[in-house]
Amino acid sequence: MSSDGTSVSALPRRDLELIAEMVTDGSRVLDIGCGDGALLDHLGRHKGVDGRGIELSQAGVNACVAHGLSVIQGDADTDLEHYPDDAFDFVVLTRTLQATRNPREVVSHLVRIGKHAIVSFENYGHWRVRLQLLLNGRIPVMGADEGFGWHDAPNIHPCTIRDFSAMCEELGLSVKRALSLSRAGATRKLRSAGASANIRGEEAIFLLTRD
Amino acid sequence: MATRDISPSSALGSADTPGFHVELAADRPMALDSGESIGPFTTAYTTCGTLNSDKSNAILVCHALTGDQYVLEQHPVTGKPGWWELMVGPGKSLDTDRYFIICVNVLGGCMGSTGPRDINPETGRPWGLDFPVITIGDMVRAQALLLDHLGIEKLFCVIGGSMGAMQVLEWAARYPDRVFSAIPIAGAARHSAQNIAFHEVGRQAIMADPDWRRGNYLQEQTNPKSGLSVARMAAHITYLSETALHRKFGRRLQGREEISFGFDADFQVESYLRHQGSTFVERFDANSYLYITRAMDYFDLAAEHDGVLAGAFENTSVRFCVISFNSDWLFPTDESREVVRALNAVAANVSFVEIDTDKGHDAFLLDEREFHRTVSGFLEGAADHRGLARK
Repeated sequence: MSSDGTSVSALPRRDLELIAEMVTDGSRVLDIGCGDGALLDHLGRHKGVDGRGIELSQAGVNACVAHGLSVIQGDADTDLEHYPDDAFDFVVLTRTLQATRNPREVVSHLVRIGKHAIVSFENYGHWRVRLQLLLNGRIPVMGADEGFGWHDAPNIHPCTIRDFSAMCEELGLSVKRALSLSRAGATRKLRSAGASANIRGEEAIFLLTRD
Repeated sequence: MATRDISPSSALGSADTPGFHVELAADRPMALDSGESIGPFTTAYTTCGTLNSDKSNAILVCHALTGDQYVLEQHPVTGKPGWWELMVGPGKSLDTDRYFIICVNVLGGCMGSTGPRDINPETGRPWGLDFPVITIGDMVRAQALLLDHLGIEKLFCVIGGSMGAMQVLEWAARYPDRVFSAIPIAGAARHSAQNIAFHEVGRQAIMADPDWRRGNYLQEQTNPKSGLSVARMAAHITYLSETALHRKFGRRLQGREEISFGFDADFQVESYLRHQGSTFVERFDANSYLYITRAMDYFDLAAEHDGVLAGAFENTSVRFCVISFNSDWLFPTDESREVVRALNAVAANVSFVEIDTDKGHDAFLLDEREFHRTVSGFLEGAADHRGLARK
């Protein structure tokens, strides 16, 4: 969203573009960690979506509401329990899961509140991350965490594509679609936590349902 | 229900309270929450802007405890500009070039709407404490009658701070089909024990004043000025944050170099509070203060729904924008968050913003840029959904 409130045609992030493609027209969407509302704004304008957002940062919330989006200040760890079952068609959580205190509980809420959940996260199984640890002997940081150290990085629960797939299986969720993204934005479909995607993908997007 | 425009029989005649006066509940008295009923009664209100042809651009502004209908117009008693002139006006957040603004003096008030200082038609004497106890629900019911009179089926928005926020929530809960969007600011779904306690201090100050005369001061031609003044002083402290009070006054002395070792207003903050108290009594009625504080104390939106606040908003189609201020300790953010949680529980369309300011509860009356931006932006979005043409 540009500063004058008009939508820009392209979304600022490749993962958001891919997520926007997964959302069906006219659906109800809850975007958790919606930032400045770029995805919600895009979905509202181009897909007729009835969108809501939750955002932790005050600046983000104010920007969203001042641009006419329905967003509340809140926290994925504490506020999801107040939403009823099946309140939304899609619940979206982008690049936020690893920063939550209890990712497993958060994901359970996503598929409870929404008929579908869309989760994107950085893949700590990427070969460059593996190499960093191997060669430097230091805990690697990636994506949003670059510039932080192990002690203050927002991502307190880093995971790999394989870790996430395993958790979905434990929770009995079905993976409707799964994509991995490379740094250049190339995407590939994931086949059941394929070892190659877990090495080559820097980011992953999962479309989940309860059953 | 038939209505007619009249000159009110109140102590303050319509000439003293410019704006509109209408007699409501003329055919059939309006039932009150207490079980009593009232009617006909006078409602005084002001409007600004122009009602569009399909009557879809009306915004109802609900005033706070000691507010009144002079939201933009100059106040007839104090001569001061309207209490929300920062928010309402051409090009402002509540843009009078675009919206039709209505502000109503609440039932029980003292600026032209029927209240305890008006004449009880049954006795020919001022109501005093014979005036029925009213609630936030009663105030809102009276406003709904006014909308019937004006032929406005659905408000584009209902907005208000503090007690105004209580009315906003009551409107949304009781008349969801008549409200398109709602902006409760610095409010709560119920009055807390602490809030009731502060009100009780104010009421006791009034009732302890020998000039109060058990509420009959009008007949006995006295005026419990000192009691009402103390009530206002105590309340005024609760509207400000500690930081704001300290910044404004610190421990600075008033018109002297040294402390006096006496009980004059040595400190600027004392002098300020005394001034607040003494100017307040010029424009407010002591019994109205008792009645309106009581109405706030009794407010508890969840009570009718077995204590479950979400029950008040079941299936609501109202678009909400809940706003709080982080330095407000009278209606803290947690109270607003309770409302937001209840709205989320029924999957309502809700926005929630906590404004960062050190100005306390009264911030909703002040020049808070982020706050005004939020209201403008929310209304802009709501207007798009309502199909209101852009300017």
